[in-house]
Amino acid sequence: MADFDAIVVGSGCAGPVAAYELAKAGRSVLVVERGNVCGAKNVSGGRLYTHSLRAVFPDFAQSAPLERRIVRERISMLASDAATTLDVSDELMRDQRYESYSVLRARFDPWLAGQAEQAGAEFINGIAVESLLKQDGRVSGVRAGEDEITADVVLLCDGVNSLLVPQAVDAGRPTPDQVAVGIKHVIGLPEKVISDRSLCADGEGMAWLFVGDATQGRIGGGFLYTNRDTISIGLVATVSDLVDADTPIYQLLDDFKRHPSVAPMIAGGTVLEHSGHLVAEGGYDAMPPLVGDGVLLAGESALMCVNAGYTVRGMDFAIAAGQQAGRSAAAALEAGDTSATGLAGYRSALEDSFVLKDLKLLRRVPRFMENTPRIFGTYPALARDAMRSLFLVDGTPMNPVRRSMLPLARRVGYLNLARDLSRGVKAL
Amino acid sequence: MSGSDPITVNVEEYLGLNKYEVDEDHAHITLADHPDPAGFGQLVQVCPAALYTLSATGEPTFDYAGCLECGTCRRRARPQARLGGGLRAGRRCSFRCGPRACPAPARRDVAGR
Repeated sequence: MADFDAIVVGSGCAGPVAAYELAKAGRSVLVVERGNVCGAKNVSGGRLYTHSLRAVFPDFAQSAPLERRIVRERISMLASDAATTLDVSDELMRDQRYESYSVLRARFDPWLAGQAEQAGAEFINGIAVESLLKQDGRVSGVRAGEDEITADVVLLCDGVNSLLVPQAVDAGRPTPDQVAVGIKHVIGLPEKVISDRSLCADGEGMAWLFVGDATQGRIGGGFLYTNRDTISIGLVATVSDLVDADTPIYQLLDDFKRHPSVAPMIAGGTVLEHSGHLVAEGGYDAMPPLVGDGVLLAGESALMCVNAGYTVRGMDFAIAAGQQAGRSAAAALEAGDTSATGLAGYRSALEDSFVLKDLKLLRRVPRFMENTPRIFGTYPALARDAMRSLFLVDGTPMNPVRRSMLPLARRVGYLNLARDLSRGVKAL
Repeated sequence: MSGSDPITVNVEEYLGLNKYEVDEDHAHITLADHPDPAGFGQLVQVCPAALYTLSATGEPTFDYAGCLECGTCRRRARPQARLGGGLRAGRRCSFRCGPRACPAPARRDVAGR
């Protein structure tokens, strides 16, 4: 007889939700988390689309420590001396269906873990699971410190740096072109100042993505999310491309923060935290098998992360996958079969949901970004020059718009433009 | 790395904001005795904590104490650095999103709710 029905490794977004579902189904479940408190090891850019959280906890908004509801989207193409920005506000962003919030994981994750604990899940904090126990080739528990703890099913929700996934299923870990390094500052500013600077009411905020000079032409981008009384600002850059850059990532962040289009947003603020995190960017084709004998993978351990360029998502995937993993594990326990066959319902359920559908739909995006370096340098400069021809006035006679725009297109080459556009459309 | 961009940022100062419990006896990352310069240069580029640096005389230097545990060098390190000791619990970095300014909010007012 195993010590627990289920062991969940890792308390980020996927783990507690899986544990909650298992506990709710009357199963004994232990969550093992390496951080001394849940959230202590966890970093995200910081924006959560709440549709999947609502599916688990319909009343989350009453108690979850969310920062601001995002009601303004900005995307900027950054040249070194200019920004061309799309600024979107839309009443539907306040509609429950589409709601998203900025979050800080050191606040949010303990709340999420608390939901699982209240439902009956047990937690051990401050202990790392060093390896998986195996019996006759199937996962039968975990080894943590001096302890060996057994369970009928183990759920790996231990993040992008999982040491356990290669032990559990037939998969290597992601290669440098399948991961990006993220760096982030949390900057403190008065709540009202943040509201005013982002043209939002208190309690509401802005998400701002940047492409181009944020990474000084390297593959990646910048982000800025407004929290209640802090701003999360950072960069994500593909590791295989960044290694050849002239500037280290921490200096890129400093330069980005001083960009004339960015600096006024954070002026007068105090850096409160400096963090880094690896981001899975390989998409669907980089994912490991989600199920093995006695084991399930959910969240970033399975590289469930999507970057479409204009949206970056991971937490809503992790929550949805955690919910499904918990339910599938509970069903397999009920049926008395937690082999890969008994757990196979997990994968098919994800195939029917947005989780694998979206990952599959966007599977070409990572390659597209990699093969289209013009996005990160040429096009932001082109956008700047196009806008200059519209907005700069010095009293010299104007050119017809077509005459000022055509040379810009010619600069890139019509064929290149058409090809990039067509590839981009296909990838999305 | 060509190092063409001057370094103006003091990462150490930022790392000082984070909460660490450093295990003085066990380094979880150790630098190889004679790291390959090109490979080491790559680690300089990607480490967000600036743990891999070149001294004024061009010597590779490394300090594990400020590690943010992002795992980026695990994707890129060998054979310039050896990563060992697993990810031991409770040691090293804890993120709190700011020491004082980010207490869990007791009450929040969100417009429209």
